[in-house]
Amino acid sequence: MLRNSDSARGLTLISPPLLYAVLMLAGPLGMILMFSFVPQSDGPNTLITLQNYTEALGDPLYRQLIIRSLLISAAATAITVLLAFPIAYFISFYVPPKRKSLWLFLITIPFWTSYLIRIFLWKVILGLNGLLNTGLLKLGLINEPLEFILYNPAAVVITLAHAFAPFAILPIFVALEKIDRSLLEASQDLGESKVRTFFRVTLPLAVPGVVASVLIVFIPTVGDYVTPRLVGGSEGTMIANMIQVQFLRLDNRPMGATLSVITMICVTIISLLFVLANRRNMKART
Amino acid sequence: MNGLRIYALIYLVFLYAPIILLPIFAFNDGTVIAFPLQGVTTKWFSELMTVNALHDSVKNSLYVAVITAIFSTLLGICAARAQARYRFPAKKGIVGLIMLPLVLPEIIVAVSLLIVFLSLGFNIGLWTIILGHVLICTPFSIAILNSSFQNLDPSIEEAAQDLGETRFGTFLKITLPLVMPGIVSSLLIAFTISMDEFIIAFFLSGTEPTLPVYLWSQLRFPQRLPVVMALGTILVVLSILILILAEAMRRYGLRRSGMQDKGGFL
Repeated sequence: MLRNSDSARGLTLISPPLLYAVLMLAGPLGMILMFSFVPQSDGPNTLITLQNYTEALGDPLYRQLIIRSLLISAAATAITVLLAFPIAYFISFYVPPKRKSLWLFLITIPFWTSYLIRIFLWKVILGLNGLLNTGLLKLGLINEPLEFILYNPAAVVITLAHAFAPFAILPIFVALEKIDRSLLEASQDLGESKVRTFFRVTLPLAVPGVVASVLIVFIPTVGDYVTPRLVGGSEGTMIANMIQVQFLRLDNRPMGATLSVITMICVTIISLLFVLANRRNMKART
Repeated sequence: MNGLRIYALIYLVFLYAPIILLPIFAFNDGTVIAFPLQGVTTKWFSELMTVNALHDSVKNSLYVAVITAIFSTLLGICAARAQARYRFPAKKGIVGLIMLPLVLPEIIVAVSLLIVFLSLGFNIGLWTIILGHVLICTPFSIAILNSSFQNLDPSIEEAAQDLGETRFGTFLKITLPLVMPGIVSSLLIAFTISMDEFIIAFFLSGTEPTLPVYLWSQLRFPQRLPVVMALGTILVVLSILILILAEAMRRYGLRRSGMQDKGGFL
């Protein structure tokens, strides 16, 4: 009886946010799926069609954009997480407990400050007369400005690695904080070196955090619009830019919806495969 | 250890590099955003005062952000409270759906809302932006409020009810004051996210641009960039102030409930 009223209260309480998510998220996502089967204006005169999908998957332009988005995102994710791990490790293991939240705060501040301007400033840093080129010229390391660092996929990767840094650091930090420090002492007491302790105890225990940060960086970056637009040039254009063009320029909603659905499916499959590949690691050792 | 510390400092420089550049170019007396610098000026800041389109977009953004903050915090209170206090069927799935916008690419959220509003024949405008912003801010509010509600000692509420308070009275007089720091911090964070959000506003703004949408239109004109830098400087200073306030509230809440600080917003 008590339990029933408890679950009834819980459901009543969660119903407003749930209803909102159903109306504003689940419904619209279903609508996107529906639109992906609607014929384009020059398409077949039927109610539903698979032509959008055959076109999207057959057209080398769309295919290339999707593959490139996934590759750029994967590279950005790898770099972001690799750069983030030592920071999370440093804060968790070497910063005194009282200063930990200060460090986390310092890391999250840039993330909350004007996204557009932050990305635009990477254009300033990487550009021909930018900070990087002027600095390297002054130091005499190069004779002419480097042209290959802006308007290409590498610039997108660098900028994304910057924009998503806190997203990667926090989950790893949380996982590291959970590690029982006596396990590390035990390993060293039993004769393992510090380095081997790190690879055989700390790192395996941190896997759930690393997996979480990989997903939390990879999934949103595949659909990033601003970064490729500002620093990517034509070589660094990604699928979100094409989705925007389909919706807002060409007014081709069926194709925009189809590209969105395909992107989501790709992201979901890759994420699931990644989680599955790491499942043994996550279960056996925690 | 020392190697790690040096790495951490270099990493901080990497994180802050763009933000440090902002004021440098905002006070630079040159129309090109590049080195070398040309001398100091405050004219870009005074130019800000004269742009009416900018002022309108700031008003639009404030309007959107305030309403978004209130609604996402209200929804966040419901979800965080239900999650901390009650067991109910399909809890994981329900919470998962509500938290989904946290990881979903924003462009997907934006186009799916656009398609719905256009198909239903709604006029897109500020209120459609608000609907989208509430969706993406609610998970952040929940994340912040979760720790407030979880830190709450249920025996305090039981005591109030044993002493004759109704459930609702207990919530108003006991629970709410105790989680107030979390609420304030959720309001501030949701406000900050909404003020800064671009993609959803870009797709759903119609003829009334928010500040980021206005900024985006300005980035195309090289001669407008110094003014954008000045504006960016002001925005950065303001958002840092808001964040410090939010963080102070969060810590105050933790101290009051006697909990140990485990760090960060997320």
